[in-house]
Amino acid sequence: MIAQLTRTERNVAMTLAALLALLGLTMAAVGNHDPMAVHGFMALALGLVLVFAVGGVLEEPTPSPARLLQYYDDPIKVGIVLAMIWGVFAMAIGLWVAALMVWPDATFGQAWSSYGRLRPVHTTGVVFAFGGNALIATSFHVMQRTCRARLADQLSPWFVLIGYNLFCLWAVSGYFMGITQSKEYAEPEWYADIWLVIVWVAYLVLYLRTLKRRAEPHIYVANWYYLAFIVVVAMLHIVNAAALPVSWTGAKSYPAFSGVQDAMVQWWYGHNAVAFFMTSGFLGMLYYYLPVRAQRPIFSYRLSILSFWGITFFYLWVGSHHLHYTALPHWVQTLGMTFSVMLLVPSWASAGNALLTLNGAWHRVRDDATLRFMFVAAVFYGLSTFEGSFLAIRPVNALSHYTDWTVGHVHSGALGWLAMVTFGAFYSVIPQIWGRPAMYSPKLVEWHFWLALTGLLTYVFALWNAGITQGLMWRTYNDAGTLNYSFIDSMEAMRPYYIARVVGGSLFLAGICVGAVNIWLTVRGARNAAADRPLSPQPAE
Amino acid sequence: MALFKAHYNLEKNSIALVIGIILAASVGGIVEIAPLFTIDETVETLPDMRVYTPLELAGRNIYIREGCYACHSQMIRTLRDEVERYGPYSLAAESQYDHPMLWGSKRTGPDIARLGGKYSDDWHVAHLINPRAVVPTSIMPAYPWLATAPLAVDDLGAHLAALRTLGVPYTDEMIANAPRDAEAQANPDSAGAAGVTERYGEATTLRRFSGTPRLTEMDAVVAYLQVLGQLTQAPYAPDAMLEQP
Repeated sequence: MIAQLTRTERNVAMTLAALLALLGLTMAAVGNHDPMAVHGFMALALGLVLVFAVGGVLEEPTPSPARLLQYYDDPIKVGIVLAMIWGVFAMAIGLWVAALMVWPDATFGQAWSSYGRLRPVHTTGVVFAFGGNALIATSFHVMQRTCRARLADQLSPWFVLIGYNLFCLWAVSGYFMGITQSKEYAEPEWYADIWLVIVWVAYLVLYLRTLKRRAEPHIYVANWYYLAFIVVVAMLHIVNAAALPVSWTGAKSYPAFSGVQDAMVQWWYGHNAVAFFMTSGFLGMLYYYLPVRAQRPIFSYRLSILSFWGITFFYLWVGSHHLHYTALPHWVQTLGMTFSVMLLVPSWASAGNALLTLNGAWHRVRDDATLRFMFVAAVFYGLSTFEGSFLAIRPVNALSHYTDWTVGHVHSGALGWLAMVTFGAFYSVIPQIWGRPAMYSPKLVEWHFWLALTGLLTYVFALWNAGITQGLMWRTYNDAGTLNYSFIDSMEAMRPYYIARVVGGSLFLAGICVGAVNIWLTVRGARNAAADRPLSPQPAE
Repeated sequence: MALFKAHYNLEKNSIALVIGIILAASVGGIVEIAPLFTIDETVETLPDMRVYTPLELAGRNIYIREGCYACHSQMIRTLRDEVERYGPYSLAAESQYDHPMLWGSKRTGPDIARLGGKYSDDWHVAHLINPRAVVPTSIMPAYPWLATAPLAVDDLGAHLAALRTLGVPYTDEMIANAPRDAEAQANPDSAGAAGVTERYGEATTLRRFSGTPRLTEMDAVVAYLQVLGQLTQAPYAPDAMLEQP
C-alpha cells in the first residue's frame, strides 16, 4: 500500500510522521502531570509506527506510471474498515449506556465507566468516528467517480484519514479520563480542536484539487453536498471551539463565550452539526449511491438545486429552537422556530427526490437489501425532518424538550437515516473497490437489514412513549391544583421503555456485527474482475 | 429559467460554489448571534450577582469532567409547572460568568438550577457516594471516589486568571489568594476564612462541606451544588432588584 506512494511522497510522509512523533513527545513532556500527556504518548506512538512503516519502503522502486490511469482506492478501503470498527465499538458503548439507565450499578465502581463519561464516547463515536470515517471514505470514492479523476495526490488522503482518526481517538479516550468541555457534540479540548482544523483544511484543499482535475464539465450534485459539509463544519467548529487554555501544558480550557451567548453559539453549532455533518454529507452519499444502485437517474435536477440551497441557507437559522422558553431573547427563539418550519420544504424536496428516483426500480427495492437500506434511509430522513420541524414549534417543544422524545428523534435520524444510508453505500462500494462480484453473502445483508430495521423501530417507539409520558407527567396537576407527580415518579415510569430501548439497541448492534463479518468475508474472498466506472469516457457502441 | 441557467454555470466552478456556500450559510448566524453581544437587554444587570469562589469553580470543573450535563439541566423555563417544581425561572444574568454554560438538554434527572440550599451537605455527600442509599429507585451513577480524591488547588489562580481574560471580574487579590481561599472556604475556623468573606461577600457559605477535615473533591462538588441558584437573590424578588440599564 505505502509502496504506491512516489519517492517524494514517501519522503514528505516520513517528515510528517517524524513531526507527529515530535509533537507527541512535546505534549507528553510538558504535560507531565496532566491527562494531556497520555494523548502526547498516543501521538508519539502513532508517529513512530508511521516512521517505521514508511521507512521500511523508503527505498523501494517508484511505482509504475500506469497507476495514474486508475482510481486511487487504498484510503477508501482503510476508511471503510475504520468506520466499521468505530461503528461496532461506539454502538456497543451505546448499548452499555442504555443498560446503565436500567441497571445503574453496571459501572464496576470505576470513574471512567460512569454514565457521564461514557455518553460522549457513544455520541462522538457514532456521529464523528463512524459517520466521519464513512463520509471521508465515500467522499473519496464519489469525487473520483463523478469527476472521472484520480485523487490529486496519494499523500493527502492519508493525512486526512489518519489525522482525523487521531482526533477521534483523542476525543474518545479523553472522555474516559475526564477531558471534556461539556459542550454537547463539541466536547474535545483545545489541542484536539486545533488539530481538527489542520486536518479539515487539508481535506478541503484535497477536495478542491481533485475537482479541478475533473474530466466532467459539471460538478455532480453529490459533490455540492460534500463541499457544504466540509466548508460549513469548518465554520461552525472554529467559532464554537474558541477557548482559552488555562495553561499550554494542560488539557483544561475555558470556552470563550459564556451564558446566553454561549448557549446560542453552542446550539447554532449543535444543530448544524446535525445539518452539515449528519445531513449534508450523507445526502451527498445518497445522491450518488442510490441512483447508481437503482440504475435510475436522479428524478429532478432542479429539485436538487432548490433543496441544496434551501438546506444550506435555512439550517443555520434553526439552532435557537433548542432554547425555547429559556433566557434566550424571545425574538431569536421565534426566528429559530419559523425557519425550522420552513426547513421542511427543502428537506422533503430532497427526500422526495430520492424516493421518486426509485420509480421504475421498485422491484430492485424489493429484491436488493442494499438498495432497501437506502430506501429506508430516505424514508427516515423524511420522517425525522418532519418530526424535527414539529418539535421546533414552541408549544410542542414545551412538552418534548428535556425528555426522551428528543433522544428518540436523534436516533430516528442517526439510526434510521445516517447509519442506514451508510450501510447501503458500503454494500454498494465494497465489492467494486475490492474487485469482488458481490458481497460474500447477500443473505447476511438481508439479515443485517431486518435486524437494523427491527432494532430501529423498537428503539424509536420506546422513546416516543417514554418522552411523551415524561412530558405529560411533569405537567399534570391534580384536583388540588398542585403537581400530581414527583420527579422520581416520572423516572420510575421510564423503566419499561428503557428496557425496550436496550432490546432495540441490541438488535441494531447485532445487525452491524453481522455486517462487519460479511464485509470481512467479502474482503478476504477471491478476487474477480469487477465492472468499475472507466476513468476516461467510453465511446458509445 | 434564468436562475437555473445561472446555476448551470455556477456548478462548473468549484471556487464559486464554495463562496456561494459560505455566503448562504453565514446569514443565519450573523443575524441571530451577533446582536446578542451588542443588545444590552440580553443580559440583565443584577446588583448582587457574585462570581464563583475558587472552591465552587473547582467543583464546577468536576461537574464538567464527569459529564453531569448529560442528565441534569440548569435552565428553568418560563412555564408554570417548571416554576412550581423547581423555582423561579432562570435569568440570563445567572449564567453570565459560566464558561461554558451548563443549561443542558436532557432531564434524566431533575433540573438543578436552584438546587442550592434545598438539601443538607450530609444528604449530598451520602447521595454522591451512593444515590440509592437516599433515593432507592434512583438511576444516577455512584461517585464514591469524590470523597477520597484530594482536591488539586495549586493551579486555581491560573484558572481565575484565564476566566478574567474572558471577562469574569476576578480581582488581582482573588487570583493571588485562590488556593488559600479554596482551603479556607471548606475550613471555616482557619485563619484564611475572613479573607473569603471579604473577597466574595457575606453571603458566601463557609462550611466543612464533606464533613471531614481533609480537603477532597467532595468538598468542591458539594460547595458548587450548594451555590446553584444562590449567586444572586434577584430571581426570588424580581421586580425590586432588576435594574433597568
